[in-house]
Amino acid sequence: MITLTINGLQTSVEKGTTLLEAASSLGFPIPTLCHMEGLSPYGACRLCMVEIGEGPRAKLVSSCTYPAQEGLKVRTASSRVLRARNMVIELLLASCPQSKTIQDIAAAHNIRRQRFRQEYEDCILCGLCVRMCEEQMMAKAIGFRGRGQNRTVGTPFDIKSDVCRLCGGCIYVCPTCQLRCTYTEPEKAICGGCANLAPPCVEKDQFDDMMCYMTPCVACEIEKD
Amino acid sequence: MNANEIRDIVEKHPSDRGGLIAILEDIQAKYSYLPEDALRLLAEETGTSLVDIYGVATFYSLFSLTPRGKHLCSVCMGTACHVRGAPVIADEFSRQLQTDPGETSSDGEFTLDTVNCLGACAIGPVVVMDGHYFSNVDSGQVKRIIKKTRAGLDDAQIKKHMRHYLYDVNCSRCNHSLMDPDHPIDGAPSIRLTMSSERQHGWIRLSALYGSFTVESEFGIRTSTVLDVFCPHCHGELKSPTTCPLCAAPMVTLFIRSGGVLQICSRRGCKGHMLDLEGAGI
Ligand code: SF4
Ligand code: SF4
Ligand code: FES
Ligand code: FES
Repeated sequence: MITLTINGLQTSVEKGTTLLEAASSLGFPIPTLCHMEGLSPYGACRLCMVEIGEGPRAKLVSSCTYPAQEGLKVRTASSRVLRARNMVIELLLASCPQSKTIQDIAAAHNIRRQRFRQEYEDCILCGLCVRMCEEQMMAKAIGFRGRGQNRTVGTPFDIKSDVCRLCGGCIYVCPTCQLRCTYTEPEKAICGGCANLAPPCVEKDQFDDMMCYMTPCVACEIEKD
Repeated sequence: MNANEIRDIVEKHPSDRGGLIAILEDIQAKYSYLPEDALRLLAEETGTSLVDIYGVATFYSLFSLTPRGKHLCSVCMGTACHVRGAPVIADEFSRQLQTDPGETSSDGEFTLDTVNCLGACAIGPVVVMDGHYFSNVDSGQVKRIIKKTRAGLDDAQIKKHMRHYLYDVNCSRCNHSLMDPDHPIDGAPSIRLTMSSERQHGWIRLSALYGSFTVESEFGIRTSTVLDVFCPHCHGELKSPTTCPLCAAPMVTLFIRSGGVLQICSRRGCKGHMLDLEGAGI
């Protein structure tokens, strides 16, 4: 067992427990985006930042990937954490304002504006779909391609994958195409367009040759200039 | 693409992740790009999923998924070259070759690429054409560089090789002279470098005489080991991104005092080298 202090409260956790798990077991809320139970930790979105250590050596780490350590002092809501978290939310809003998930997170943190150049990305590269496909569906049909600002998610050579199971799992977990994949819970969708797609939506004619997330969504297609 | 050729390449390398890059390098060396069929076959042969292979192939700018031209032209866009006008040079190449950076001209002759810092900032802006360095390039020279390449860079070079040419070289990083008059080889000051291999570290001295491959070193090195070579003054590693035309080991870059670049193969016993006086003269 490992003993650590979170927001002044002492707790003991099993070896290998992440700070995120330790904090949630004590009831301290930490927002997450790229973390999902059942998928391996990835640490892409940086929304779950917490502060560890003390004094000048204190630093920010992503709690979903950081394992608990003996005697560690963790703060989940220090002013530094809040500043970093708000910044991450603003950046997410800047790249993908149409995402219901991101809108919800922003609303929950009372963020109503962002200061950066507005973009309308289809993907925030959280890697949820890639991990879903590999770890839960054992398909490995999609993956990351390219590097830096050219990094995208998709199938090799951008053609229909012959190992894809058409399970729709990738679309279901995607935080930016929620409008498309809420067809299982139509009352949650904003425009309802997705509910009109014959489930599973990936089998609709126009998506026959490619995975759904690779084209602008028919339901939520937004004007990009 | 020939399936057996791919199988031969696969067999030569370990089948782990590190081996994958080596395999891709070899395939690219053979076909000048990574054909889709080759990658599919590679996935089958190694049991690595196509997604992973494709991810690696698109991650490194070294790999190309489309056929490359006969000549590869890399314009350095690193910070130092950038401030000295590299974008204008890249634009001029684009215009002359009628192709965008990253693409191949329609006659299949030239592939234009931009790269980030070739480690030769002191002589920037730098353009590398088929492994030949052109230094202090300005946009007015672009046309001539292309013309020379079409005529054949190697032909142009041989004429310049003098029988008794003596190198006088500097470190490509700190520009300090590497010549060692206290330790002559072939009757001339030798080129002194530091080498390391298999945890041994020591000096190595090369003959400065063009055409002589005499080498003396602090400890014996087995033939065909690839050495890590450093400058004895700034201790910077002198590895260049170019690979040896004979054995594909990394080359070591040295600057020639009077202008130009000399690249020698880092593999003991390999005579691969590229002498580039053109860059200076142009
Ligand atoms: S639909 Fe295809 S790509 Fe998406 S998770 Fe399922 S198997 Fe993977
Ligand atoms: S497609 Fe969706 S789930 Fe996949 S990486 Fe992009 S945002 Fe994440
Ligand atoms: S949830 Fe931890 S980095 Fe995304
Ligand atoms: S910036 Fe061009 S060689 Fe370094």
